[in-house]
Amino acid sequence: MLNVGKIEEGFVLDHIKAGKSLSVYHHLQLDKQDCTVAIIKNAKSNKMGKKDILKVECDINMLDLDVLAFIDHNITVNVIKDGEIVSKKDLVLPKEIKNIIKCKNPRCITSIEQELPHIFVLADEEKEIYRCKYCEEKCQENL
Amino acid sequence: MRHLMSPLDFTTEELDRLFDLANDIEKNMDKYAHACAGKKLASCFYEPSTRTRLSFESAMLSLGGSVLGFSDANSSSAAKGESVSDTIRTISCFADICAMRHPKEGAPMVAASRSTIPVINAGDGGHQHPTQTLTDLLTIRSLKGTLSNFTIGLCGDLKFGRTVHSLINALVRYEGIKFIFISPVELKVPDYITDMLKDKNIPYEEVIRLEEVMPTLDFLYMTRVQRERFFNEEDYVRLKDFYILDKAKMELAKEDMLILHPLPRVNEISVEVDDDPRAAYFRQVQYGVYVRMALILTLLDIHVD
Repeated sequence: MLNVGKIEEGFVLDHIKAGKSLSVYHHLQLDKQDCTVAIIKNAKSNKMGKKDILKVECDINMLDLDVLAFIDHNITVNVIKDGEIVSKKDLVLPKEIKNIIKCKNPRCITSIEQELPHIFVLADEEKEIYRCKYCEEKCQENL
Repeated sequence: MRHLMSPLDFTTEELDRLFDLANDIEKNMDKYAHACAGKKLASCFYEPSTRTRLSFESAMLSLGGSVLGFSDANSSSAAKGESVSDTIRTISCFADICAMRHPKEGAPMVAASRSTIPVINAGDGGHQHPTQTLTDLLTIRSLKGTLSNFTIGLCGDLKFGRTVHSLINALVRYEGIKFIFISPVELKVPDYITDMLKDKNIPYEEVIRLEEVMPTLDFLYMTRVQRERFFNEEDYVRLKDFYILDKAKMELAKEDMLILHPLPRVNEISVEVDDDPRAAYFRQVQYGVYVRMALILTLLDIHVD
């Protein structure tokens, strides 16, 4: 059994689908942050069989976690302060996601216009449908 | 500053004001003959178009303004690889308003976000063509006096036809409208549209034969089956002549039914129907100029007393 120590302040992202932790790491742009991160892959889980966990030691105001709701809203976000879980953050689908996914419509202006951000907007909250801001193509991407 | 990207950019109250203005223009062309004197329309057409481009240019010239622009991407700086963002920033220095058609969907929206002059989407790929929808709505309102309480049949290519999808989305904002979709199974209206109609409790029917619904229609909106939408020639040839509106079918229609068509027509309306007083498609073209005149005045915030 692998042991990873406690963190003092930051987040523990639990119940990440097994094998998806690196994808979450990149979508949260943790590669660009100067903070300590533990990536735990294929941990045993009663609920899921196997799961991934990310432990991020950082100022809790530093990360925008809304994108997690888009990636997988089954992820549990534990907020840690002074080494203890102080709250669990509810994930809310972001109204807009920028440069997380790319529009795959070959007729979309994003396919040729340089430096244009790929923006998807939440078109139907109930059905969790995002559409490209420019061409309104439905997001088909499975992250 | 306002732009026009989608027909839903305007509320129904704003559309009423726009259509009132268009009807006033229709009756008093002289009054508006110099309304845009000194103003310039940039007509930026990155792909060929006859009706829409000339309609915009005619509208601006009828308002006493002038027109500059290009009519295909090869004669513009896009051929040198210039981005839409850079082009519109340049055009903003040359003109007061811009009408843009582009094969890439969302290009006019990118232009609008960088522009210092109003931008009108004159068609972006298979996405939106808002001034066609405004034309359709003005034609219906002018010829029937209302945009409520009628049955409209939409016939032909209901799967790929963007004018049809835009018109449905615009009409669902009015009361008492029933839709009848007439198409072969291969060209049925997409599910997201019928789902939306179900959600809003708006009555609709889907049929294959035009003859069986003809007597119930107040409007018949015909569309062309476009060759470029098909992956193989065989399917195109099989379906293109599926619906041809001719004199015999017109005998089944109400005396005051009106036929609309976004044009160009290929053979889906037989030329023998053109002389029927119910054929409204060329009047529709004329309303297209009036509505574009009204739109230019509205976006430039020019008022004529």
